[in-house]
Amino acid sequence: MAITQLSAFLENTPGTLYKAVSAISDAGINLRALSVADTKDFGILRVIVSDPAKAREVLSDDTIITETQVLAVKMDDKAGALKNILNIIESIDVNIEYVYAFTGGSKGSAYVVLRVDDNEQAEAVLAKNGITTLTDADLASVLP
Amino acid sequence: MKNYYQKEIETAPREEILKIQNEKIVKQVKHVYDNVPYYRDLMDKKGVKPEDIKGVDDIKKLPFLTKDDLRECYPYGLLATDLKDCVRIQSTSGTTGKRVVAFYTQHDIDLWEDCCARAIVAAGGSNEDVVQVCYGYGLFTGGPGLNGGSHKVGSLTLPMSSGNTDRQIQFMMDLNATILCCTPSYAAYIGETLAEKGYKPEDNKLKAGIFGAEPWTEEMRRSIEKSLGIKAYDIYGLTEISGPGVSFECEEQTGMHINEDHFYAEIIDPETGEVLPDGEKGELVFTSLDKEAFPLLRYRTKDICILSRKKCSCGRTHVKMTKPLGRSDDMMIIRGVNVFPSQIEAVLLKEGYTPNYQIVVDRKNNTDTFDIYVELAPEQFSDKISDIQSREAALNGAMRSMLGIGPKIHLVAPKTITRSEGKAVRVIDKRKLHD
Repeated sequence: MAITQLSAFLENTPGTLYKAVSAISDAGINLRALSVADTKDFGILRVIVSDPAKAREVLSDDTIITETQVLAVKMDDKAGALKNILNIIESIDVNIEYVYAFTGGSKGSAYVVLRVDDNEQAEAVLAKNGITTLTDADLASVLP
Repeated sequence: MKNYYQKEIETAPREEILKIQNEKIVKQVKHVYDNVPYYRDLMDKKGVKPEDIKGVDDIKKLPFLTKDDLRECYPYGLLATDLKDCVRIQSTSGTTGKRVVAFYTQHDIDLWEDCCARAIVAAGGSNEDVVQVCYGYGLFTGGPGLNGGSHKVGSLTLPMSSGNTDRQIQFMMDLNATILCCTPSYAAYIGETLAEKGYKPEDNKLKAGIFGAEPWTEEMRRSIEKSLGIKAYDIYGLTEISGPGVSFECEEQTGMHINEDHFYAEIIDPETGEVLPDGEKGELVFTSLDKEAFPLLRYRTKDICILSRKKCSCGRTHVKMTKPLGRSDDMMIIRGVNVFPSQIEAVLLKEGYTPNYQIVVDRKNNTDTFDIYVELAPEQFSDKISDIQSREAALNGAMRSMLGIGPKIHLVAPKTITRSEGKAVRVIDKRKLHD
């Protein structure tokens, strides 16, 4: 299973990130994870939030949004945990487009978000190695 | 000592020039009327017969031709001779797909090259000079025109064509080029590159440059003259009328002498079409007096100019035109290439973009910068940077194949392109091209 990530197109100018984050927080939506990819002209804000539908609505006033199903995996918050997961995905012909990680929820746990070009294959190989991917509901149960 | 390529005609008394023009126009109108059905129809509709044209004073009775007519007549509709009599085709960078093609008989090539030769001699050229031509060769008239002119003068011609600056500089220095022919922005770039390589202006053998095909200022002229250690001359022309050399500057550098024995110039009010007196600013209109294959009568150039018949210290008696002071349409000249916003719009629509765009043209380090900002539609957005960059690259490629030059594409969020009074500003030209 995968989780819902929202991506927003932002101009690479002062104030655009603040505006987007404000819109989310003013709507009472919690940001569970966030990452910004930047180029000279524009940036892409990627967020995982408590209420994707509502966040999409409030962000759409100012910019364009796209929704992507990304894989989230819980791991131990210790050295080598991410390496182990990437090693499993390496073993099959799936490309990782981008990745970001965060800690939170129960002590000692960390999460990695993976954007791959084939969710099903990646999930299958992770499952084969005893690693389950999280759902939106799983995240909601451990994070505010 | 003053030099002329064809002294007799270049310095002919005004009445002599008028006599030649009057004789030529009567013949030319008959030639066009008899051989170009498209123009014959235009004349018939206006109720003008060839017999009504007894001299250049009657040219104002003739109908205008515009770029639209040329496009409509593409490719053979304005051809006035048999194809077997033609020896060359040249072409402009086209708008929205259709180019303008011009045909030349050997006689037409000769008169065009004579005009270029006059320009080279006016810039101090002779058979002792080495003329480096770095205008593009091919369909573009710049290279072939100056190349032919240089041959006529008997100069040693370096047919470099455009680009490859290192090689340009190597040949310029090794083969002692004395006259440089290119666009003014390329001349400025060569000057900068020479300086970067540690050359001083006096290290090269150049004495003059003949620069055209794009707008440039007096300030740019002085800077090029300084960086290359030369005198810089302006040259003007258009493929429709022949190519470069329709007019050229003499040592006075106060306007370009129009080769009036071949091209009759009028200035008109672009709104009403009415002919304006010398000294007034308006649209430049040319009538070809003696070309055979592609003889355009009253062709509207869309260039805004002023004509002056003040006596020139160089001894030439032909009328002088200012550099174009602007355009009566929305055409931009970017790095020497003609660009219309409508072309950009056509590419955007074809590639599936909204026509919400903005063109920003500037000149940095004497080279034109060309940026297009395009609004991205929601369904075109992807969370992957690489997808958006691929889109930009694809759009750049599509623009390049339409325009001949590649803009820098910036995809932006919807509704971010500035609108003034509800209407988007399509073109922001920050270059200071006119004094």
